[in-house]
Amino acid sequence: MSDTGILPELGRPGFLRSMLRSKGGNTFLVLLFVGTLLAAMGNLLVPPDSALYVDTYTITLLGKYLSFALLAMAVDVVWGYCGILSLGHGAFFALGGYGMGMYLMRQIGDRGVYGNPELPDFMVFLNWSELPWFWYGFDQFWFAAIMIMLVPGFLAFVFGWLAFRSRVTGVYLSIMTQALTYALMLAFFRNEMGFGGNNGLTDFKELMGFDLQADTTRVALLVCTALTLGAAYLLSQFILSSKYGRVIEAIRDGESRVRFVGYKTETYKVWLFVYSAVLAALAGALYVPQVGIINPGEFSPLNSIEIVVWVAIGGRGLLYGAILGALLVNFAKTQFTGILPEAWLFALGALFVIVTVFLPKGVVGLLSMRTRSRNKPSPDLMEARE
Amino acid sequence: MFSAVNLVSRYQICRWLFIFLISISVPMEVASASEGLAQSGKQLTIVKLSKVAGVLDEMEQQGGDEVLPIFEAMLVGDLYFVKADKTLVIVVERNPDDESVTVSNAFHAEELLNFGKAELKKVRVNNKLRRILRSKIAALTLSSSDPDIRESAVNNMLQNLDDENIQLLTSAKLTETSTAIIEKIDLALTIALLDSADDEERLVAIDLLRGVVEPVVRNKLQSLVEKDSQGKYLEENRSIVYASQSALQQIDRKLRVYGFIERVFFGLSLGSVLLLAAIGLSITFGVMGVINMAHGELIMLGAYTTYVIQQQFPNHIGISVFVAIPAAFIVCGLVGVAIERGVIQFLKGRPLETLLATFGISLILQQTVRTIFSPLNRQVSTPDWMSGALQINPGLAITYNRLYIFIFSLLVFFLLLLVMKRTALGLYVRAVSQNRDMAMALGIRSNWVDAMTFGLGSGIAGVAGVALSQLTNVGPNLGQAYIIDSFMVVVFGGVGSLWGTLVAAFSLGMFSKFMEPVTGTVLAQICVLVFIVLFIQKRPRGLFPQQGRASES
Repeated sequence: MSDTGILPELGRPGFLRSMLRSKGGNTFLVLLFVGTLLAAMGNLLVPPDSALYVDTYTITLLGKYLSFALLAMAVDVVWGYCGILSLGHGAFFALGGYGMGMYLMRQIGDRGVYGNPELPDFMVFLNWSELPWFWYGFDQFWFAAIMIMLVPGFLAFVFGWLAFRSRVTGVYLSIMTQALTYALMLAFFRNEMGFGGNNGLTDFKELMGFDLQADTTRVALLVCTALTLGAAYLLSQFILSSKYGRVIEAIRDGESRVRFVGYKTETYKVWLFVYSAVLAALAGALYVPQVGIINPGEFSPLNSIEIVVWVAIGGRGLLYGAILGALLVNFAKTQFTGILPEAWLFALGALFVIVTVFLPKGVVGLLSMRTRSRNKPSPDLMEARE
Repeated sequence: MFSAVNLVSRYQICRWLFIFLISISVPMEVASASEGLAQSGKQLTIVKLSKVAGVLDEMEQQGGDEVLPIFEAMLVGDLYFVKADKTLVIVVERNPDDESVTVSNAFHAEELLNFGKAELKKVRVNNKLRRILRSKIAALTLSSSDPDIRESAVNNMLQNLDDENIQLLTSAKLTETSTAIIEKIDLALTIALLDSADDEERLVAIDLLRGVVEPVVRNKLQSLVEKDSQGKYLEENRSIVYASQSALQQIDRKLRVYGFIERVFFGLSLGSVLLLAAIGLSITFGVMGVINMAHGELIMLGAYTTYVIQQQFPNHIGISVFVAIPAAFIVCGLVGVAIERGVIQFLKGRPLETLLATFGISLILQQTVRTIFSPLNRQVSTPDWMSGALQINPGLAITYNRLYIFIFSLLVFFLLLLVMKRTALGLYVRAVSQNRDMAMALGIRSNWVDAMTFGLGSGIAGVAGVALSQLTNVGPNLGQAYIIDSFMVVVFGGVGSLWGTLVAAFSLGMFSKFMEPVTGTVLAQICVLVFIVLFIQKRPRGLFPQQGRASES
């Protein structure tokens, strides 16, 4: 590659340096660690009649939020740092979820309604006599785990390679990604596809031999999700603060200039896109065992756009901003749909409008604006602006 | 209690009025002619079932054409008589809510009356009578003075060519004057010849039926080439089998051609729907560069406007469509202007944010409609002049609603083209979209132009909604179904090019309709999406890219 250090004024890129400077990021990591620990202990160690007891429903809810947070971070990596607004990340999320769902389906074994040890219930229902070839190997966890990352990654690679090579950018790219997830939704709704059609995959029993309904499994899943989120955060921070990350941000701010300087921008973008898709798929794979179902509705374009809103509300261009946004909006959604189900769409719609018009930097932007007016400019914000 | 009393008294008034009307409104000389008919009609209500056939004969002789509706009603069991005075009545409508029945006098169809169920008694029929009635109706309709009735009578007989019908047809042919009907009768007689005992005659008949796409002919010929379980032809005469085979081939060839034409029409029809959905977008997205994700919801609002207008004029459905078109244009145009002034103007030059904000608006609009009209689909009725089909020949029919919507979409397109190319507004719009600063320097109020352009695009979305309400269910999710397709059309055609949108809409419509028989509807849709995604790789700016400096940005 022809890239020589071309952006020296930005300061030498460095993972440790950026980690130390990022006050918000450190706060996030500490909160994630402490929060997960407290929730886990609250469920497992505290007796159920105590005021400090955390019930299993809350544990599952937290796990769901954290997998959404991972998904939001995946979108932020491409949108906030590279300017690629993907309206199709729900597709990668759902594909990851389907991979996990297929593994869980095979784990049911002969405990299904029809009691067929080989075929999942819906295949028996459709009078299929043998397992389709693409279901082979999904009874092994390691195979499923590889496929969960490989399939969405490969799809992202092909799509990204085609799109970025022919310089499809901006709005066009967004609409293409939306078409991608829409097409996948239509496809997965078909019974002939062999993924359970309309009903999707559900009725899971156990994961790697652990009962999915057990409290300990739920807590373990929450911890796994938290660990994955933390690891993904560190890895993303590492990637984005490396020299590669600098080029990515430069592409966001002036792609033609970076290209003129001699970088192969499409290569950078494709790999970032693949990385982000894999993160989204992991989020999906963590999400499915916790909610216990995956169906083609996850592919719907509305879902993908909602993810973008989480990021926009939290503050794009900052990893913990996206995470904060996902947690805030989903918490609000749970509250709203419980109290006023009709009002949720109004509220979500209004959020879209208000955030885009008045809060281009999201909640995090709002917070740092206040601190900045009091003190000196925040390094985080400076970073995001550059 | 009150309503029951009211009902009874209403019936009494009705009956009184009925008797009164009969006594004064029927002129004497007509009365003498139909008096006999009414008398024998009364017989129907008195005589034994076995004598009814004779009464029917009598009525036929006295009434001619006039008894046709009575016979038809009797056949389907809609002929009743009033218990009190034995007047024959035909049921027009049964009202389940108050158990009453709306009827018309059998001899004066224009008189509508209301009776309680208990006041009426059905005129009895049995299967034997039904058979007699059918043949009487057939004979009567064949000699009817209305050629349309005669033609449909022949068509009905085509389905059931027994000896009696053939006799009727042969005699009808002698008195028939219309050449079209004579041809139909000839066809029927030729088909009948296929069952003749003389093989020579049958061969001649097969020869005459070559290339006739009437389904009856095809079925009949098919039965001639059928084999039994051992693979031997049921028909003994080989030359007849061969002749029918070649005739069938010719018919199938013709049917394939008609099938192709029909598919082309379906493609054009889908294309016109896509065009209508996308054309407003090609203004807001193509010319202004605003990604309006609420476009589908504006289409939905247009459809709901049609619904509301139809609710206002339930008796003038035919005209309501013409009221709905400008109404939808104004409603959606105003909503569009409000969206532009309220949100989009603050997001100039930030297309991705516009996308998100307008998506938020689309959610709000959807939920608003859901709150006002309920989440269920609403029924929009089709005007009479739009229902039915244009029967070009027995193998090819084109439904009127699709035909009109096709014409309408072209009309809207050319009107829009005219506005963009020939009016001051169009000039301003193009000027602002090409170079905003320069346009402003020349004294164009660019903000005003933006609002008007967006209003125009939104108004056209509303008009599209009026058309779509005639084709699909009107519900809060109507818009979502079209938004992705519309974007595909605009992107495929080339942003900013109205002609590109036209070409893209029709070619995508054709493409998916020709894919459908091979792949099925859903897979065809997926194929179209994949095709566009791949196409955009090759030509990122669509079929007809914008030329000049504007395309650089």
